Amino acid sequence: MASTWTDRRLAPYGFLAPAIVLFGLFFALPIGYALHLSLHSVQVKGLGLGRNAREEVWVGLDNFITALSDPELLAGAGRVLRYGAMLVPAMLGLALLFALLLDLPRTRFRAFSRLAIFLPYAVPGIIASLLWGFLYLPSVSPGYFLLRAVGWSGPDLLQGDWLFLALTNIAVWGGTGFNMIVIYTSLRAIPPELYESARLDGCTETQIALRIKIPLIMPSLVLTFFFSTIATLQVFAEPMTLRPLTNSLSSTWSPYMKVYRDAFIQGGMHSAAATAVVIAVVTLVLSFGFLKVVNRRTAERTP
Amino acid sequence: MQRRTGLTAIALIGSLTLAACSGGGTPSADGPVELTMWSWATLQKVADIWNADHPDIKVTVQEQGGGDELVTKVITAAKAGDGPDLVQAEYQMIPTLVSNDVLADITEFAGGAKDKFTENVWKQVTLDSAVYAIPQDTAPLAFYYREDLFTQLGLEVPTTWTEFADVARQIKQKDPNRALTTFSSNDAGLFAGLTQQAGATWWSASGDTWKVAIDVEASRKVATFWGDLVAEGVIDNQPMYTPAWNKALNDGMQIAWVSAVWAPGVLVTSAPDTKGKWRMAPLPQWSAGSNTTGSWGGSTTGITAKAAKNGRAKAAAEFATWLNTDPKAVAALVKEAGVYPAATAAQTSGALTTPEFFPNQPDFYRQAAELAKGTAAASWGPNVNVAYGTFKDAFGKAATEKSPFPAALKAVQDATVADMKKNGFKIEG
Repeated sequence: MASTWTDRRLAPYGFLAPAIVLFGLFFALPIGYALHLSLHSVQVKGLGLGRNAREEVWVGLDNFITALSDPELLAGAGRVLRYGAMLVPAMLGLALLFALLLDLPRTRFRAFSRLAIFLPYAVPGIIASLLWGFLYLPSVSPGYFLLRAVGWSGPDLLQGDWLFLALTNIAVWGGTGFNMIVIYTSLRAIPPELYESARLDGCTETQIALRIKIPLIMPSLVLTFFFSTIATLQVFAEPMTLRPLTNSLSSTWSPYMKVYRDAFIQGGMHSAAATAVVIAVVTLVLSFGFLKVVNRRTAERTP
Repeated sequence: MQRRTGLTAIALIGSLTLAACSGGGTPSADGPVELTMWSWATLQKVADIWNADHPDIKVTVQEQGGGDELVTKVITAAKAGDGPDLVQAEYQMIPTLVSNDVLADITEFAGGAKDKFTENVWKQVTLDSAVYAIPQDTAPLAFYYREDLFTQLGLEVPTTWTEFADVARQIKQKDPNRALTTFSSNDAGLFAGLTQQAGATWWSASGDTWKVAIDVEASRKVATFWGDLVAEGVIDNQPMYTPAWNKALNDGMQIAWVSAVWAPGVLVTSAPDTKGKWRMAPLPQWSAGSNTTGSWGGSTTGITAKAAKNGRAKAAAEFATWLNTDPKAVAALVKEAGVYPAATAAQTSGALTTPEFFPNQPDFYRQAAELAKGTAAASWGPNVNVAYGTFKDAFGKAATEKSPFPAALKAVQDATVADMKKNGFKIEG
């Protein structure tokens, strides 16, 4: 029957509709609006006071040119790269080490250790930054109190180069647990026969770890590296929370902080939208580029 | 059948979205006018006094975050056609709010309140001869110091900035662990107030042209003074309002604070163990014998463009005028929010009782009224947020590196002018 046939053809759209509507409303529309904003700007008339003193005008790529030629954005990106270069290896290295240790056959208190290492991940980044912020301030920190008791004043962790260490430490503390769980889960998925035969061949636990475990969990290492890199590029909550405590963190310390400042402190919604689009494009290019390289290498290995 | 389910789902989502958008509600023709007010102070109790006497206008106060956050929030809300009918705003933010079409011209409803305030204060709520807000409190700067520690260390209370610098040096000699105070880069309002004392007016308008005068001789004098003290190492360079700052005030590691009349309210929470040990003195002067001071903040009650659009501006202006001039309201304001009222009659009335934290200075508000007389005029521009934001970064950097402050001042001027030019404002020079 004709009507049944029509119904059948339309049925998939009916099922898709809620998802499409939600995707459109909460994903495509905001992105479209951000693109619209990034191509416009506000111009005032006269003193710029009173009703209708501001109007939105088309400015083409002006906002993008301004965003890209602002040395602060590049400097911010540089700071974030430096931070990432410290954070990602430290965090993933620790996560891998902990996962391998937990996976050893004779490890005790396994469940407890796993939970203890994972727990900081459950603490929201802002709370973690507040806690660490207190610990970093020499005059209120118990750590400095102990240092002073043994006659050493200790460095001011919220100044200069130490700041990178301070920020890295917060992220390592918060992120190691999650990455460890991901790596540990894939370690548990390795068939135990492999270990058995390796042991029969005379492998030590270290050799098993280096020659069997790490190569086999490479995909999950790639995945955690990928996620950590994106999270690093988007660093915002930690420096934002520490900012009131120190002069050394400017309001444009990371690119995302600059977007926040432009949009919500300086009221420049349009230029902020342009900067946000630039960051999004760079993140996308980096992510896909990385995935492509990894996929090509995997493809080369499996003939 | 299936198709209809799909459509129903779309319709359902659509109606949910619509319902979420129309949460505001409109006043019915016969019920009382409902007004909402955004404020960072606890004003509901004051509004309740009004509500009891005025069954036709009901005011609800929604407490919001601090001053700058509130400005951001109300501008964003206004862009979405949302937001309150009344908003508490600091003087320096009025042009920014007016320029973003947040505040309504209430000259016809509130012009009568003019003679209740001093001319300098009224000027700050008037732009281009239109009134945009009713002044609430003023915040003249003063010098707060630990009376007990000044005696203990044998220090004289400074009356000029030269003496101020000398006192700072003496403290470092007598006890290197203590400092007179800190130069904080995290609130430009204080620095702006100090430059007002020296004679700077950061923004002014004539005709349809703005003039930005942040980097001027008077401001440079103030910047150089503080920069030199920081470079010399006789005062601290760490920001205020941090746990470390609270501890320094509480433990007597910093023994003075240049602040405004509202300082007792901050000291209560920052340095709770020092009750009765602080004293307020006039701000040190640039030339001996004069009595000039600047302001750090101070707030107003603005009526929003949204209220005007919905025909509630008259009711809102009535409430705002009452809130800030009626003796009963002002007395409640002083009690609940701890402000120093802008209404001149209230400044000498019995509403002002000694701050609880300063039992040793029973004539606190009489002295405040005395120093408030020398408050320098201030006028503000449409992008104070940009200037203040740049100040934090530029002066924060200079304070950390102990590099010359006038360079930071120039950065603030340049960023402010560049932002105004970008937005199409006409600028002199």
